[in-house]
Amino acid sequence: MFQNLTERLQAVFSNLTGKGRLSDADVDAAMREIRMALLEADVNFKVVKEFVARVRERAVGAEVHSSLTPGQAVIRIVDEELTALLGGTDARLVFSGRIPGVVMLVGLQGSGKTTASAKLANLLRKQGKRPMLVACDVYRPAAIDQLEALGRELDIPVHRGEGTDAVAIAKAGVRAAIDSLRDVVVIDTAGRLHVDEEMMDEVARIKEAVRPDQVLMVIDAMTGQDAVNAATAFAERVDFDAVIVTKLDGDARGGAALSVKSVTGKPIMYAGVGEKLDALEQFHPDRMARRILGMGDMMTLIEKAVETADAEAAAEMEERVRTATFTFDDFLQQLQQVKKMGGLGSMLKMMPGAGQMKGLDTEDVDERQLDRVAAIIQSMTAEERANPRLLNGSRRERIARGAGVTVFDVNQVIKQFEQARKLMKQFSKGGGKGRRKGRFGLPGGMQSPF
Amino acid sequence: MSTPWYRRISEGLTKSRERLGEQLNVIVGRSPDVDEDFWENLEDALIGSDVGVTAVTEIVDRLRDTATRKALPDARAVLDHLAEEIAAEFPTSAPDPFSAAPVVVLMVGVNGTGKTTSVGKIASELATSGKRVLLGSGDTYRAAAVEQLDIWADRAGVPVVRRDRGTDPAAVAFDTVAEANRTTPDVTLIDTAGRLHTSADLMRELQKVKRVVERESSAPVRTVLVLDATTGQNGLTQAREFDAALGLDALVLTKLDGTAKGGIAIAIARELGIPIVRIGVGEGVDDLKPFDALDYARALIGGE
Ligand SMILES: Nc1nc2c(ncn2[C@@H]2O[C@H](COP(=O)(O)OP(=O)(O)OP(=O)(O)O)[C@@H](O)[C@H]2O)c(=O)[nH]1
Ligand SMILES: [Mg+2]
Repeated sequence: MFQNLTERLQAVFSNLTGKGRLSDADVDAAMREIRMALLEADVNFKVVKEFVARVRERAVGAEVHSSLTPGQAVIRIVDEELTALLGGTDARLVFSGRIPGVVMLVGLQGSGKTTASAKLANLLRKQGKRPMLVACDVYRPAAIDQLEALGRELDIPVHRGEGTDAVAIAKAGVRAAIDSLRDVVVIDTAGRLHVDEEMMDEVARIKEAVRPDQVLMVIDAMTGQDAVNAATAFAERVDFDAVIVTKLDGDARGGAALSVKSVTGKPIMYAGVGEKLDALEQFHPDRMARRILGMGDMMTLIEKAVETADAEAAAEMEERVRTATFTFDDFLQQLQQVKKMGGLGSMLKMMPGAGQMKGLDTEDVDERQLDRVAAIIQSMTAEERANPRLLNGSRRERIARGAGVTVFDVNQVIKQFEQARKLMKQFSKGGGKGRRKGRFGLPGGMQSPF
Repeated sequence: MSTPWYRRISEGLTKSRERLGEQLNVIVGRSPDVDEDFWENLEDALIGSDVGVTAVTEIVDRLRDTATRKALPDARAVLDHLAEEIAAEFPTSAPDPFSAAPVVVLMVGVNGTGKTTSVGKIASELATSGKRVLLGSGDTYRAAAVEQLDIWADRAGVPVVRRDRGTDPAAVAFDTVAEANRTTPDVTLIDTAGRLHTSADLMRELQKVKRVVERESSAPVRTVLVLDATTGQNGLTQAREFDAALGLDALVLTKLDGTAKGGIAIAIARELGIPIVRIGVGEGVDDLKPFDALDYARALIGGE
């Protein structure tokens, strides 16, 4: 088995116990390992070069989080960069609104287009659409029969044309969909090599003829270095919109996904994760990043370490509350932590009991209001933040002007602050049964101030 | 446009330095100097061919050594030598399972690598050379796989033992071997359903198929892995797992008509000693070639 990045970096940093900044030599050693790990994951060597250069830039002199080893710190940077490079989670099919919507699948031979077409039609139906499949692979023996059999299994109609003119079949398929009141068409095309001029011309002509809303390129997760050549050629000829990565239920690291994304800029939309017809999932860049480098476990550890560090900060804060030194600075820090954790809504849900609290609609908490509170606190002087008693009328007016809000807003925040302080004091004295401190240091009973 | 790279494998190369020199343009560039750039480009070219970073590092390190030791005069001499080294990674005088007779060959591999197509092409090659061939449609899982093999059997003009979709593949294998025992063809080729080597159930299913074939067949049994040349480093894992489960005798490397080089087959040969016995260079019935290690190695180093 290949060594994953975690093991590699651990070996590099094993004799490095000190914390603080990474030295040049540390970074060099780490970059060598990252390069190896990415190449073993089938990321294209040119993409690897660029990627490593970018990670190096961030890693040199990077401040290492106090709770992480240098190796963990580097892995964290790699994880963030990989996830960013793989794109957001929100790549969705976009339809122009014309009925029927048309999606067309293209790709190399054996990448899994026919199965993916059926899976996609199935998924679209689950989303309330009425799909029709169109079989345009007139070359591979029994390819049309295959799609037809899958359609039968799913009880989704399949248009199969006469003859060997894939362009005509595609067009007729769209017309058939209109006639039978189907609102979306999924076109399966023949597998083709990107260097096959005639076949690339055919796929371009199919696209021209049916003007699909979306063209998806299907890529096998096991593909090696050549993925970039194929993807670049398909991008040039049919300008596909997004990618489906198939066979991710295997143990291929799937670096091809990264290569394709980084050379074509096209997002990855779906992942095929099995032979069953419901095994098509929305693509998750973070999971993919971890898979490529085999660092899933390590990331969990790193998250825990960072979380623990946050917990340490929280414990420190609790201590300050107990000694009645909870200030606006602390309050601000808490809010920022809340934001970092994915917003108040998701945070409150994690807090014991918050879900059952009356009048607290966790979904409705507006993130912008958190920003407003932050702005108000930031408009206070250091003195005012440390000692809220100083906040008289004229100071409140000045703060309101500074934060671009009304004095009423400022008063509200101060009131919330005082409430929070009171609550924290109560809890720190032991609190009642079941009133445990929230996971991230906020008191369990703290109400949304809004 | 230049000739596709694979043509250089199948057409065979003249062994003259000049001819090889033409192929090496990408790496040699204008200056035939053997400098750091040369080594780096060479490493990139091999990694870009999916040979794998570990094998590449070893091969290049050894080559640097040899270049110094033997005082190889220029880049061409170094590359010449490299081609020979790469070719030497493949087992020599490997027996060709398809040229034995009688023999039963199981064709296995992950999904979509070209198993069924290769069965069709090989059947046709053998039939054309006057051999009697029998096919068995062991893929009873994938939709229309049986129909697909039927069409290939038709093209090759050979009989096929087929059962309905959903039949136990071991039962199809049993029936195919029974038919082979009765009609004594020279070569019996059994297509199987594509499966990921990570699926323990499906690998066990394949083991059962092989057990049945071995138990029932009066002819020797061989197992051939069909590997897609576009496959990256996972190809080595595939070969390991299929080899561990079934014992592999040979590889068929498909889809060399694209730009993928199939370099992972070198890593497979190094580690598992499995020879390549045919290459697939297209979707047509004649797009199957014998494998020549030295021609392959030269075409590989030649770049685009
Ligand atoms: N260009 C090219 N295409 C090939 C080659 N061999 C097979 N194909 C194509 O690859 C695709 C898959 O081939 P199949 O023979 O169906 O593959 P398989 O391994 O039997 O697939 P499953 O049974 O579904 O696992 C088809 O479109 C074939 O035409 C080849 O050497 N070159
Ligand atoms: Mg097949």
